[in-house]
Amino acid sequence: MMAALTLESLGKTYAGGTTAVSDVSLAVADGEFIVLVGPSGCGKSTLLRMVAGLEEISTGTVTIGDRVVNRLEPAERDIAMVFQNYALYPHMTVRENMSWGLRNRRIPAAEIAARVEEAARMLELQAHLDRKPRALSGGQRQRVAMGRAITRQPAAFLFDEPLSNLDAKLRVTMRGEIRKLQKRLGTTALYVTHDQLEAMTLADRLVVLNGGKIEQVGRPLEVYHRPASTFVAAFIGAPAMNLMDARIEAGRLMLAGVDLGAVDSGPRMVTLGIRAEDLRLRAAGGLPFRLDGIEELGATRLVHGFLEDQPLCLSLPSGADLPAGLHLGADPAAWHLFDTLTGKRLPSALHPAARSRIAAGADPLS
Amino acid sequence: MRRFRPLDHLILLLGAAFLLAPVLMAFLSSTHAAADIHMNGLYLTPGTEGLATYKKVLTQKGGFTGEVTGARMALNSLILGLGFALGKLIVSMLAAYGLVYFRFRFATPIFWGIFTTLLLPLEVRIMPSYQVMSQLGALNTTWGLIVPLLASATGTFYFRQFFKSVPDELLEAARIDGAGPWRFFAGILVPLSRPMMAAIFIIMFVYGWNQYLWPMLMTTDERFFTLMRGIKTILQVWVGSQIPDYNEAFALAVLAMLPPLGVVIVFQRLFVKGLTESDK
Repeated sequence: MMAALTLESLGKTYAGGTTAVSDVSLAVADGEFIVLVGPSGCGKSTLLRMVAGLEEISTGTVTIGDRVVNRLEPAERDIAMVFQNYALYPHMTVRENMSWGLRNRRIPAAEIAARVEEAARMLELQAHLDRKPRALSGGQRQRVAMGRAITRQPAAFLFDEPLSNLDAKLRVTMRGEIRKLQKRLGTTALYVTHDQLEAMTLADRLVVLNGGKIEQVGRPLEVYHRPASTFVAAFIGAPAMNLMDARIEAGRLMLAGVDLGAVDSGPRMVTLGIRAEDLRLRAAGGLPFRLDGIEELGATRLVHGFLEDQPLCLSLPSGADLPAGLHLGADPAAWHLFDTLTGKRLPSALHPAARSRIAAGADPLS
Repeated sequence: MRRFRPLDHLILLLGAAFLLAPVLMAFLSSTHAAADIHMNGLYLTPGTEGLATYKKVLTQKGGFTGEVTGARMALNSLILGLGFALGKLIVSMLAAYGLVYFRFRFATPIFWGIFTTLLLPLEVRIMPSYQVMSQLGALNTTWGLIVPLLASATGTFYFRQFFKSVPDELLEAARIDGAGPWRFFAGILVPLSRPMMAAIFIIMFVYGWNQYLWPMLMTTDERFFTLMRGIKTILQVWVGSQIPDYNEAFALAVLAMLPPLGVVIVFQRLFVKGLTESDK
């Protein structure tokens, strides 16, 4: 079963007048893995539940395949959902858990048995088919929940934070499995998470949500390298991108009293974003950095400190002790300029001349 | 493992003895002749009349019509107990299901309305209930005995609380699995409620089995006599120089204790099993 999924200016307003989701439009191609990511309360789960039919749609339409499903019952929408707490039926065996939904749809017993067998083989659950969920570990329960979704052979999988009840190590393993399984089945998937790492590693495309609205849609690296707003910049990537107040004066970008280079813009206030790994140490000159603390991560270390009074974090390879006062620089290609007021990314604020000089390999601070 | 504590055991043993002594006394007294009990009081030693007494109370035809045996009374009590327990289970589960899972206007006020009115004991509303049933022509019928008492605030309340504790995701998963309201109820809720059902069944069975006032009002026909009324009639024979058959009353009381005891033992196992198996 193949199906694209289209959300058109979808909105959800609760009876009390609270708006959880507003004006979300998204076209999901057949077989695509879309991750909805955002902090808690951003409306991502509500959005997923609206697609599932568990939450009523206030405005807009949801189309699965070529059917508008707004008024259809969840069971009629041709979707399968995996819940955060698995929602396995505790009194049924694994086999019954996987087949109950199929029996409700009056699928012939032989067909059900074949589908359950196939799903169990894929998920390596054959040995556990006659056990009850409570006899299984967290990872196995998660697999059963996946199995229940797979046996439905739906047009789309909906995942509602399926890994957040697992421990960190298992989460990484299961992440890989979900990804592999989805690719193998070629089923469209909508996946909700608050974990930006999970989002980055799983998604074909990311949808970053904030306050019920879409902040940015794009491939993970695209979002990482060109965040559309300060919100996305701070949310995607760990450690979070450094966001600093800077000024543009006479075509030069000024940060902490240091002239960083030429930009193509009139005088204004901007927010300058630089990722921790894009900051470099310099012998002298550049930005004066006051060291505050070091987090050793093994291969790398996170160095926290201040640029005048603005907090800053840089990522360096592990090594010798650092002096209290350092000097930093960053390649203009790694600059992200945002409007201070709206938080929106400023398109190509970089001076054309500067851009070509960077391309030629020149040091912008020299 | 906890250390063996003699004092704790002593207290438990004393408590058990204190609770069991009257039962034991009733049983042992029932094995003596009525006249002996009348003269010497209660016994704590076994007598010789036991088998004969028990046989007599179970099979002898008694009452004004001379038609009612102990076995018949036990059967009536059983019908009442089972009818109560099963009927109350069904009614209260359906009521709670409606209250918890269906959104309708004034659901909460309705619930509290039911709850407060039914908190009143049977005795308070027994006359109006009797009036209604008598006008419906339900006197001296089995359904007249059972149906008016089926609505159970206690049961509805317990099941409501239990259903509220069932995770919402189960309902959502069931909806995605294509289960309608009945299928969700029968396929998910009822199996999950088994421990709760066992608990309510025990309480309600004993309640129905021990009913005295209501059957006495509702039935005049001796075919509907229950054990509780049988015991009472045996002791109500202070006419002339007749001695009440204490031994038979005791024997009936002991017999009347057995079925509730059986129910408790059987369902307690299921109850505990259900509790320990649940992973919530």
